Amino acid sequence: MTLAAKDTAGVASEAFMLGRLALVPDLSGALYLPDERTLVVADLHLEKGSAYAARGVLLPPYDSAATLRLLGAAILRYQPARVIALGDSFHDRGAEARIDESCLATLRAFQAGRDWLWISGNHDPMISAAMGGTVLDDLDLRGVRLRHEPSPAGALPEIAGHLHPAAKVRMRGRALRRRCFALSPSRCVMPAMGAYAGGLNVRDAAFRPLFGLGFSAHLLGDGRLFRIDQRLLLPD
Amino acid sequence: MDAPSPLPPDFSAWFASRGWSVRAHQLALLEEARAGCSTLLVAPTGAGKTLAGFLPSLVELTQRGTERDGLHTLYVSPLKALAVDIARNLETPIREMGLSVKVETRTGDTSPAKRARQIERPPDILLTTPEQLALLVSHRDAKPFFAGLRRVVLDELHALVTSKRGDLLSLDLARLRALAPQMSAVGLSATVREPADLQAYLGGAETPSGLVTVKGGAKAEIGIMATSRRLPLAGHITAHAVGDIYAAIQAHKLTLVFVNTRMQAEFMFQALWSVNEETLPIALHHGSLDAGQRRKVEAAMAAGKLKAVVCTATLDLGIDWGDVDLVVNVGAPKGASRLMQRIGRSNHRMDEPSQALLVPSNRFELLECRAALDAVAEAAQDTPPPRIGALDVLAQHVLGVACSDGFDPDALYEEVLTASPYADLARADFDAVVDFVATGGYALKSYERFAKLRQSKDGLYRASNARVIQQYRMNVGTIVESTMLKVRLGRSRPARPGGQKMLSRGGRMLGELEEYFAETMTTGDTFIFAGEVLRFEGIVENEVVCSRTAAGTDPKIPSYNGGKFPLSTFLAARVRAILASPKEWTKLPDEVSSWLHAQRLKSRLPKPGELLVESFPRAGRFFLVAYPFEGRLAHQTLGMLLTRRLERARLKPLGFVCNDYGIAVWTLGDMAAAIARGSLSLDELFSQDMLGDDLEEWLAESALMKRTFRSCAVIGGLIERRFPGQEKSGRQVTISTDLVYDVLRRHQPDHVLLRAARADAATGLLDIGRLGQMLTRISGRIVHQPLAHVSPLSVSVMLEIGREAVHGEAADEILAEAEAQMLEEAMA
Repeated sequence: MTLAAKDTAGVASEAFMLGRLALVPDLSGALYLPDERTLVVADLHLEKGSAYAARGVLLPPYDSAATLRLLGAAILRYQPARVIALGDSFHDRGAEARIDESCLATLRAFQAGRDWLWISGNHDPMISAAMGGTVLDDLDLRGVRLRHEPSPAGALPEIAGHLHPAAKVRMRGRALRRRCFALSPSRCVMPAMGAYAGGLNVRDAAFRPLFGLGFSAHLLGDGRLFRIDQRLLLPD
Repeated sequence: MDAPSPLPPDFSAWFASRGWSVRAHQLALLEEARAGCSTLLVAPTGAGKTLAGFLPSLVELTQRGTERDGLHTLYVSPLKALAVDIARNLETPIREMGLSVKVETRTGDTSPAKRARQIERPPDILLTTPEQLALLVSHRDAKPFFAGLRRVVLDELHALVTSKRGDLLSLDLARLRALAPQMSAVGLSATVREPADLQAYLGGAETPSGLVTVKGGAKAEIGIMATSRRLPLAGHITAHAVGDIYAAIQAHKLTLVFVNTRMQAEFMFQALWSVNEETLPIALHHGSLDAGQRRKVEAAMAAGKLKAVVCTATLDLGIDWGDVDLVVNVGAPKGASRLMQRIGRSNHRMDEPSQALLVPSNRFELLECRAALDAVAEAAQDTPPPRIGALDVLAQHVLGVACSDGFDPDALYEEVLTASPYADLARADFDAVVDFVATGGYALKSYERFAKLRQSKDGLYRASNARVIQQYRMNVGTIVESTMLKVRLGRSRPARPGGQKMLSRGGRMLGELEEYFAETMTTGDTFIFAGEVLRFEGIVENEVVCSRTAAGTDPKIPSYNGGKFPLSTFLAARVRAILASPKEWTKLPDEVSSWLHAQRLKSRLPKPGELLVESFPRAGRFFLVAYPFEGRLAHQTLGMLLTRRLERARLKPLGFVCNDYGIAVWTLGDMAAAIARGSLSLDELFSQDMLGDDLEEWLAESALMKRTFRSCAVIGGLIERRFPGQEKSGRQVTISTDLVYDVLRRHQPDHVLLRAARADAATGLLDIGRLGQMLTRISGRIVHQPLAHVSPLSVSVMLEIGREAVHGEAADEILAEAEAQMLEEAMA
C-alpha cells in the first residue's frame, strides 16, 4: 500500500512500519510520518561552508541555501503540520552568528504556521531562541523514540541521524556511492540532508551494534529511491 | 679575428686531458651567456647538453673575485632524481679542475636545517625542482636570496612545458626575471617541432630567447619485432612476444623494456620471469613501487648488475643509469616524440646509433608502430601545441607572491603577462583569480572577514596571517596524485562462523595502488602487483590488504585499463593514411595486410577524411562501430554523448566500449533499420552540437569531471591536499569535493575554478578539444556500411567488451539493476 500523497509519486517510496509508526522515506533524504503529519530531517549542518571558511578553507558559501532549498521542496510536497530536525542542524556554535539574513528569512517562512522542533545534536548542543522553534533532547511519537545519536541499547524503536549513512553498490564494473536510509523493523538511521555533509559507509563498524538482524538500504538515486539488499552493499 | 680563446686555460686543459675538444654549441652558449642573452639549446641525447648548460656558469664562477656573491646559478629539472644525478656529474669537472665552486641540491628530501642554511649561505649552484623553486620564490627572503642570480638552467624543458608544472614554472621564471633583471636563462631540450614556443617560454613572451641547434647524431636503428607467434586482433598484454623479447634480452648487454602502464609492466615482468630459464637478472621499475626498491634497481643498473629492466615512463627522462644497448618498446608508442625519447636511452652517446625494437600488442598497434617508424625516419615530431596557462595554477602563484613580499596587482599582472602561457591573460581573469585567492571569488560576498589576502597601507596585497602561509607551503605544486593506498601483505581468517572476517596486517609493504582501482575489487579477486599474483582481501583504513596466491594462479582482474597516453593526433592521421592506401600495406606483415584486405572485401575501408561507421546485429543486440582514431579519452567522451542521443532516439543503448582506434555502441533497438527508415541520421548523431547541452548535462555528473575539479580545487588552494594519516579520521569528516562541485555548479557556474576545470576537461581526461576537432573533420563525410556480421576491423574493438568496464549506464539504471537482483532472488 502506498501512503504517500499523490503529488509525491516517484520521489517518495512506499511506507514502512516502525512499531506503530508509518514511515515514508523521501528522495530528498527526509522522512514523512503521515499519521503524525510530521516531516523529519537529519543533519542539515547549516553553515558548514562558513565554518571551514573561518579556518581558511573558503568553500562556496551556498551550502545553507542549497540545503534549505531541498528542505523547502520537501515541506512543499508534504505540507507537514510539524517539522522535526533531528540534530546537527547547525554545523557549529558559531553558525547562528554566521548564517545570512536571506537564509534566516527562509527558515522563518518554513516555521510559520507549523510546529518546529530542534532536537539537539553533538554539533549543536545549544540552539538559541533566535532560531525559532522548540529545542528538545529527544521525543517519543507513538512508541517510537526520535533522537540525534542512535543508541544500541534503546528499548524503543528508534529514528536517528548522526551517522550520515551512505551505501556503495557495484554493477557491471561501475561503483556508485549514495546517501541512504538504513532501515530495520526496529530502527531507522536517516541520511544527512546537509549539502556539504559527507557519508559514512553502512558497512562501517559503527553500524554493526545497531542492526543485529540486518537492514535494508534505501539509496537516494537521481529520480527515485532504491531498496538494495544488504548483501549487495560494498565497503569503501 | 684574434679574440682570446673563449675557454680559460684550466678548462681547455681539462678538455684536453679527457681527450675531448670543446663543441661548437658549447662555445655558442658561452658567447650568448657573456652577452647576457637567454638561449635555448636543442640537441639530441648524448650531445653534452648538460655540460654546455653549466659551462658558462663554471667559467664565470672561476673568474670572479674572492668575495662570494650569493646564489649564482639555479638549475631546475622535472625529476628529483635527475637533479641529484646532475649534481654528481658536475662534481667530476669541478674536482678535476680544482674549481672553488659549491654545488648543492634542494629537494623534498633536504633536511630543514640544510634548507635554512641554504637560504642564509647559498651555494654557487643550486639544483632543484619546479615545486621547490615555487617555495623559494614565495619565501619571505626571496628578494635578497635571488638578488645576485646570474643564470637559470632549465633541463628537459620540452617535457616540463607540456603540463601545469610548466605553467607554474613559467610564472616563477617571470618572478625571477623581476627579482634578478640581470639573469639569463638556458633551456635544454630534445628536438621539438616548434622551438619558437620554447624560446618564448624561456626568454619571456615579448623577448624570446636565442636558439642553438645541434643536428642529428647517428640515426637510430629501429625495427618492429618479428614474433614467432601470431599477432592478436586485440588486447594489450603482448603475451605473444614474450619469448622473442627474452631472446633479445639474452643477445644484449642491458635492455630497457618500456611499457605504457604500471599494469603492463607488472604483466611483462612476470611473463619474462616465467620463461627466464637462465635466471637472468631482470628487474622491475615503476612509480608505484616502494622508493627504496626503485633506488636499489637504479643502483644495480648503474653498477651493470642487470640484464634488463621492465619500466614505465619513470625512466623516460634523461637519467643516465647505465650502458643500455637495446630499448624494447612494448605496445604502441602513442607518440613519435615519446618514442624518440625512449629510444635515446640506448647507446647514450651521439656517435653510436641507438638500437630499438617496437613490439605491437595487436594489429591496430602494428599500424601505429609502422606510422611511428616513418615519423621517426623523417624526424617528424608531434610535440603538443603550447599550453594556455591554467587559472588554478595562477591562483597558487598569486598566493605564493602574497606570502613573500606582497604584490601590487597592476605590477603583478604585467609580470604574469611575460610568462608565455599567460601572455594572453585578460585583466578581468587575473582580477577574478586574485579575488578567488583573497575571499573565494564568490558572488555572495560573505567571506570578507575570512580573507586570505589583505591590502596593507602601502597598497600591496599580503597573506593575512601565518596560517595562510603555512597552508600555501603545504599545498604547493601542481601534481595531484589520485589517492594512493598502500599495499600490504596480510592474511584473512574467519573469526567465528558468520562473524566479520578479520584482516590481520603487519605483513610486508609492497607499494601503492590507486584508490579507484582498489575500489573496483572485492575480496577474493586476484591481480598482479609487484611482480606477483595477489589475492585482494580488503581495504583496512588506508591500506589494501592482500595475500599471496598459490603458484600458477591466474590474475582475474584485467591488468590493463587502456594506455596512459592517448594516441597522438599526429600518429592517428598517419594510421588513417596507411589504412586508406593499400600501396602502403606491402610494408606490413602478411597477417596484418590480409586482415585489411579481408576488411575491404567484407566491409570497406574509409577513404582519407572519411569516418567509417559499421552496423550489424549480434546475439540479440544491434552494434554500431565507428573508427575515429582519436584516442581512448576522446572516444570515451564520444561514447557517453552518443548513448545519450541514442537514448533520446528510443533505441535503448545498453553500453559501449572503446580503444584508441574505435568505439562500439550496442542497443536493443535496430539502428541499421532506423537509419534505413530515416528516423536515425548518422550526420545528426555525430553532429557537433553534441558538445552543447548534451555535454553540459553529462558533465554535471561525470566522475571524470569531478576528479578534474578536485585537482583544480587542490592546485588552486580551495581545499587542502590530503596527507598520509589524515584519511584515518574517516570519510564523513573530510569535505568531499564532489559535494562542493555540485553546489558550486548550481550556484555559480562561471566561478573561476569551474572555468579552470572545464579548460582541463578540454584537453585532459575528457579530451573534448580533440573530440570537437574530429566532429568538424568528419562532418558530412560519414560513410555507413550495414553488415550482416561483425567485420574484420570491428573485431579488434568488439574484443574490448569484457575486458573494459562498460559505460553508458545512468546511475539510476545501475541502482535499479541492483534492486532487481534482490527481487529476483526473493521470487526464486
